[in-house]
Amino acid sequence: MILAWLIIVPIMGGLLAWFLDRWNPKGPRWISLLALAINLVLTLGLWAKHFGQAELPPYGGWPVEVDRTWIPQFGISFHLGMDGLSLLLVLLTSFLGIMAVAASWTEIQDRVGFFHFNVMWILAGITGVFLALDLFLFYFFWEMMLIPMYFLIALWGHENRIYASIKFFIFTQVSGLLMLLAILGLYFLHGYQTGIFTFNYEQLLGTSMTAATARWLMLGFFIAFAVKLPAVPVHSWLPDAHTEAPTAGSVILAGLLLKTGAYGLLRFVVPLFPGAALDFAPVAMGLAVIGILYGALLAFAQTDLKRLVAYTSISHMGFVLLGAFAWNELALQGVVMQVLSHGISTGALFILVGALQERIHTRDLGRMGGLWATVPRMGGVALLFALASLGLPGLGNFVGEFLVLQGTYPVSARMTVLAAVGLVTATVYSLGMIQRAFHGPNQEGWKLPDLSGREMAILATLVIVLVGLGLYPQPVLDTTRQALNSFRASVPPTRAEVSAQVVRSGFDGDDPAQPALDHGGAP
Amino acid sequence: MTTANPAALWPLIVMGAAPVVIMLVVAFYRHHGVTAVLTLISFVLAFTTLPGVSSLTSREIAPLLLLDDYALFYMGLLFAASFVVAALSYSYLERHEGNREEFYILLLLATLGSAVLVASSHFASFFLGLEILSVSLYCLIAYPRRDPYGIEGGIKYLVLAGVSTAFLLFGMALIYAELGTMELGRMILLQTMAGDAHRLMLLTGLAMIIVGIGFKLAVVPFHLWTPDVYEGAPAPVTAFVATVSKGSMFALLVRYFTQVDLHLYRSLFLVFGLIAIASMFVGNLLALLQTNVKRVLAYSSIAHLGYLLVAFLAGGASVVTAITFYLTAYFITTLTAFGIITVLSSRARDADALEDYRGLFWRHPWLAGIFTAALLSLAGIPLTAGFIGKFYILAAGIESALWLPVIILVVNSAIGLFYYLRIVIALYTYPPPEAEVSRVAPSLSLAGSLVLAALTLLLVWLGVYPAPLIHAIQTTIASLL
Repeated sequence: MILAWLIIVPIMGGLLAWFLDRWNPKGPRWISLLALAINLVLTLGLWAKHFGQAELPPYGGWPVEVDRTWIPQFGISFHLGMDGLSLLLVLLTSFLGIMAVAASWTEIQDRVGFFHFNVMWILAGITGVFLALDLFLFYFFWEMMLIPMYFLIALWGHENRIYASIKFFIFTQVSGLLMLLAILGLYFLHGYQTGIFTFNYEQLLGTSMTAATARWLMLGFFIAFAVKLPAVPVHSWLPDAHTEAPTAGSVILAGLLLKTGAYGLLRFVVPLFPGAALDFAPVAMGLAVIGILYGALLAFAQTDLKRLVAYTSISHMGFVLLGAFAWNELALQGVVMQVLSHGISTGALFILVGALQERIHTRDLGRMGGLWATVPRMGGVALLFALASLGLPGLGNFVGEFLVLQGTYPVSARMTVLAAVGLVTATVYSLGMIQRAFHGPNQEGWKLPDLSGREMAILATLVIVLVGLGLYPQPVLDTTRQALNSFRASVPPTRAEVSAQVVRSGFDGDDPAQPALDHGGAP
Repeated sequence: MTTANPAALWPLIVMGAAPVVIMLVVAFYRHHGVTAVLTLISFVLAFTTLPGVSSLTSREIAPLLLLDDYALFYMGLLFAASFVVAALSYSYLERHEGNREEFYILLLLATLGSAVLVASSHFASFFLGLEILSVSLYCLIAYPRRDPYGIEGGIKYLVLAGVSTAFLLFGMALIYAELGTMELGRMILLQTMAGDAHRLMLLTGLAMIIVGIGFKLAVVPFHLWTPDVYEGAPAPVTAFVATVSKGSMFALLVRYFTQVDLHLYRSLFLVFGLIAIASMFVGNLLALLQTNVKRVLAYSSIAHLGYLLVAFLAGGASVVTAITFYLTAYFITTLTAFGIITVLSSRARDADALEDYRGLFWRHPWLAGIFTAALLSLAGIPLTAGFIGKFYILAAGIESALWLPVIILVVNSAIGLFYYLRIVIALYTYPPPEAEVSRVAPSLSLAGSLVLAALTLLLVWLGVYPAPLIHAIQTTIASLL
């Protein structure tokens, strides 16, 4: 039942925050923090209790699970389950949620209660997405997080917020409905074959179907996740939504919402349709590489600081798509690392941009410059996260991107080379960003207050976690090993897999339960 | 011709007697409150007779009426909807000048007509029910006589309904000429004659009946009256037209046309398919252009009937459940939306301009919240009844592999989102300060607020836990299958 509480707590917290608004403007903030802290503690407790080395089987099974009948007529149940991957993502959700609430402490001054209501409901929806093991329930949460996000952008956003929010909503809604069609198609297919009509994820795994059917159904899922991720060419909602959203909205969008797309690829697309996904892999990896390079190119060309950070997300999430379709152990571990570290580093960059905008009321890089002298602490922290974004060894992003590239190499050397170029371009735009914002002459004569204690506390926490991920990623890899192994167990060994095994056996032995990194840690 | 169990007629007797009683009461003692209470009591009484009837073994008034569980379920739905309309009308009419009491008599009569419609098993009763409903609606739409828009709507409805009724009658005559029966239950004969030389006559007859039915349902291309009537009629009447009038007709359509295998009549299938697709597109695209909330809802209702027709096309056992669930959800949602419009309307005019809703949240958070829930339910967003309804319809469509209509439905619900969200976002933006002066306070009667609260609870409850309703529908319509 703890899993259900992870969803109920933010929902109740949101309602409470909304009602408390009348009596005390500070109330909603504290309630939200409290609810998210409860979630964080609950999740950490689950981690300590169920995900120690000894308890986990090599693959299969759900260490924590809850299953209740919901709509029996359709074979729908309230079925939540947590494996290592879900655990880390839920942890990330409550962690970044706290950061987002803390970051908007002074930024949001009107409709405070309703703002926190929306934030909490988005987080509840995202948590649900990471936990749902019933495809209907998954879709339910998938849609549930959209409306509050729409409100967040449309009501507290910047100049062009209405356009951005509607664009965001229509992109995600249409792609979501396509996924619903695919879910229903799978449901009936499975029902006619076996006589059991169910939305249960585990039962639907391994439904046999013709190649053509599998391709169409897989595309239904893939489009929904590609829009969320986002992958080129369905990325165009992202720069608008990220730029116009308030800081908390951008943090949640970049740090968490995009990750639901990555999670969907890992959890649903490949395991449900292994054959079709394998056929589709070259296309998906091609899109990934295009995304990496195109996102980087556009990021470099931006004059709006927030938009620049938004485009870097497209570039970084390209690595996730690449790794997900390379589908070997190294690549998948890389995807998990990349998902976690990108959530933290980009979340931090958005918090910094938000803090800067709160001070100078512009995001235009042309009007910045020379800020280091007046806000040295902010400059230092920004430099650190920019370095994380360009993949500096010692920070989490490096581990993620390196593992993805290493895993992709045996599958397609050409793709790996092209994707590696993305690391170079990342250096260009990251350093360019720091240079344009913080160095050079201070043309406008800005005199600004430096980061406050609250802001320093937020950013310091993020730095610690990111450095921790970069120096000692082993706990993450240990926790997700079982989940990743069971994903791969649901897929017959493929060309990519076999060649990866060959490469790995050179230094690792041939035990599939033994990840390569056991020996080296972060290279 | 032999079986006729008068006990089965109780719901209709109550509904028939109520207007007479109230008319007499009004003749001696004209009082708005008393009339309204009597009306509400009549609906409750009629509703309470339903379980009694469902326990009877013989429920046929041959050959005119058949009060099986399907009919009784819909009667219950219609009575409940009319109850809500009556409750909402009270405070609305309080602000109305002139006689208020006749409104309730007409409302009762219209409900009687729709109840006859869902129970009819014969062309004659079908036609009778339809006419009782339509004639009452002419007056209800034009009830506020000083309002030129109301009169315009009423006249439009009168003329078009007259024409469509003529079509319907002619169609019935043609079918009678070929089949030699007027019993709806025997329309299954159509199937056996599908390949005959009589086909042309039958098809012509069916086409004319479809015109008549299509007019009542306001599907494209018979939708032209809808926006004007929705806009011109008083808000509670619009709610009635949108739910009871359309719902009863759709219930009849589903009941008898699902017996006929549409696939045997390729052309008929095609016609319904085209109507469905055209309704979805026309409804949603034209709704985008509206700034009047009532007109938006009018076009959105055209689109919703299109969605329902997609399920109707699918045919098969599960479809009746899907349609019934969707209709129930649609009833609740539409009544909630129009309930809000009713509550906000002033003496001078109905609150139908988008501007009336700007910043509503900052003045009346609860009303804005309820309206948001209703709009999101119309858009089919999770946690609302509309979502489960849409899911049900998509499932029905996919089960029959109707990929094209289903994908068009998906595209259309995206278009639909656009205008629902436009209203929603208006609710939460800050109103321009100068607009504050011209606002009128909403008039919430106790009955009105109770009804709105109950509707909203139902709306969310069905969205979160629809299993009991699905179970209820499945057991009641089992008799039909």
